[in-house]
Amino acid sequence: MDPVLLLTQVLNGLQFGVMLFLMAAGLTLIFGVMNLINLAHGSLYMMGAYLAATLQQKTGSFIAAIFLAIPLTVLLGMLVETLALRRLYNRDHLDQVLATYGLILFFNELVRMVWGPQAYFMALPQFLSHHIQIFSGLTYPVYRLVIIGVGLGVGAGLYGLIHHTRLGMLIRAGASNREMVNALGVNIRLLYTLVFGLGAALAGLAGMLAGPLMSVEVGMGEPILILAFVVIVIGGIGSIQGAFFAAVLVGVADTFGRVLLPPGLASMGIYILMAGVLCWRPEGLFPAQRT
Amino acid sequence: MKQKSLLGICFGGLLLVLVFSVNSAASGHAADKVKVGFIATLSGPGASLGTDILDGFKLGLRHCGDKLGGIPVELVTGDDQMRPEVGVQVASRMVERERVDFVTGIVFSNVMMAVARPILDQGLFLISANAGPSLLAGDQCHPNLFTISWQNDQTHEAMGKYLQDQGIKRVYLMAPDYQAGKDGLTGFKRYFEGEVVAEVYTRVNQPDYAAELAQLRAAKPDAVFVFYPGGMGINFVKQYAQAGLKDEIPLYTTAFTLDQSVLAAMGDAALGLVNASFWSPDLDNPVNQRFVADFRETYNRLPSLFAAQGYDAALLMDSAVRSAKGQIGDEDKLREGFRKADFQSVRGDFRFNNNHFPIQNFYIRQVIRNDEGILTNKILGVAFTDHMDAYHQQCPMKW
Repeated sequence: MDPVLLLTQVLNGLQFGVMLFLMAAGLTLIFGVMNLINLAHGSLYMMGAYLAATLQQKTGSFIAAIFLAIPLTVLLGMLVETLALRRLYNRDHLDQVLATYGLILFFNELVRMVWGPQAYFMALPQFLSHHIQIFSGLTYPVYRLVIIGVGLGVGAGLYGLIHHTRLGMLIRAGASNREMVNALGVNIRLLYTLVFGLGAALAGLAGMLAGPLMSVEVGMGEPILILAFVVIVIGGIGSIQGAFFAAVLVGVADTFGRVLLPPGLASMGIYILMAGVLCWRPEGLFPAQRT
Repeated sequence: MKQKSLLGICFGGLLLVLVFSVNSAASGHAADKVKVGFIATLSGPGASLGTDILDGFKLGLRHCGDKLGGIPVELVTGDDQMRPEVGVQVASRMVERERVDFVTGIVFSNVMMAVARPILDQGLFLISANAGPSLLAGDQCHPNLFTISWQNDQTHEAMGKYLQDQGIKRVYLMAPDYQAGKDGLTGFKRYFEGEVVAEVYTRVNQPDYAAELAQLRAAKPDAVFVFYPGGMGINFVKQYAQAGLKDEIPLYTTAFTLDQSVLAAMGDAALGLVNASFWSPDLDNPVNQRFVADFRETYNRLPSLFAAQGYDAALLMDSAVRSAKGQIGDEDKLREGFRKADFQSVRGDFRFNNNHFPIQNFYIRQVIRNDEGILTNKILGVAFTDHMDAYHQQCPMKW
């Protein structure tokens, strides 16, 4: 593989990785802090894409659509948490899986009823549709570079939030010892609702960014969700830092697996990677400290 | 789950009572009612195909006066959820409880392979409105199975032939890693004799193709041929355009990637792309013109090729019952009626091969924006005239 192609593929892997990170960050927070397995995370991704696509058609602006759709997905996430998921925290994981699977079916039918069974169109904004020359021979689509930028920015923002704010402290405390946080008089219900809202916003944002590149359709979240679960297991459940490095690792490994390995082996690639990491570090790469 | 199945049993029981009170199709007499079971994928990611076939089929029935061969028709629908085992359950419900006279629909080949036997073994007629797996066209062809659409390989063969005729030397092939993908590329290679630079199979439902597109660009082929149906096609075509490849290396595909139901979701990325199909909305014959106009009026959208197949399925059944003089209990007479296929199709004249698959033309189409600004397909030329599938000689049926 010549160096230009190699570098292009590294960029592709990185771009795929940060997309996975946006999905995995919310998933790992919800799992780590609330001990909730949320299969409906992919549905929030789908809802983010549909809301942004609709708002883009109404307002004619991609940027406006994103800024309007993010609060909407936060509200949606909080609504789902308050109405449905709140009852599941004390149930075992199997009940959670069953209930959140039910939510997937619910959202898929909802989208079909509101937007119809056919895929929906979301345009790539004109000002992001060209390519730039990074150096001689290597041109790369601007939009994909923007995704990388947004992903890195969100990663830095989350790092700041988790490590330098009071909310972040509570999130970290919640991930390591839920009962103690509760016993100290923190309003754990409100904390959970906020965390879920944040997770929904991240998933929604991933969906909105994916919209112009991919088909906005019923069930679009499920293939991404499976990879996001692999990412949080590799990264260590509850760890944002872990989710970031694992997402980039999975993104790059999957990209190179797809171009270098035969198709059967390529689709197994990241699972083999996951098994390898788990043999080496059963808690994942950056486990949240539990007491 | 338990409640659902209980409800199902109650519902089934109720239908059973209804069926016994109305269905009295005895051989020798014209029946007073004909019941059609429609099985298709009506939920999940494949739902838009099933919905289009059903809408086309309903319009066909309406144009036949809600009658088949003059007998009032009752339609029962069932959702196979794109899963063979669910398809078998729905099929047995249709056969045993609903006591349908015909079964039609069937979008996916894996569902077809599972439901064909249980339906055909009961002596019922099965009219496939989409799936055309090679096994059922070859040595497992069946006297009561008629496929109104095409054999799976044929549309790809048409594009292989077209690129061969265009003098394309080096072509790059891509498809999802499953049976239909492999069949598609096999069909293409049956008629394309130039060099295949690479044959790439990607994961089913893969959302992002950036890595594969970078490899493709580096290989510098003369042309690219892909088979990506439904959502995969939307992803691929959008990303192909956004990678700037559309003006660099021409992309060729089939109607399964560029059917009417996905064009709106692709936008300008699809504009100008060339694809092969047995049908096009602008095919110039009176039946097709009426079909396209009425479909648009009824459902407020342009029909896809899938809708056209559903429509023809209804017309075929109508012609068969008419030719059997309404004696739907008489299997031999009905089969004769189906074989005659005495009706005007959306593709003009229609006839079956010995294996009960169509002998038909295949066209090369291009995606254009019509006068109203809607993306649709327009015929460029003919790839095959009266094309027969590659498996009909392996079918022992003669008639």
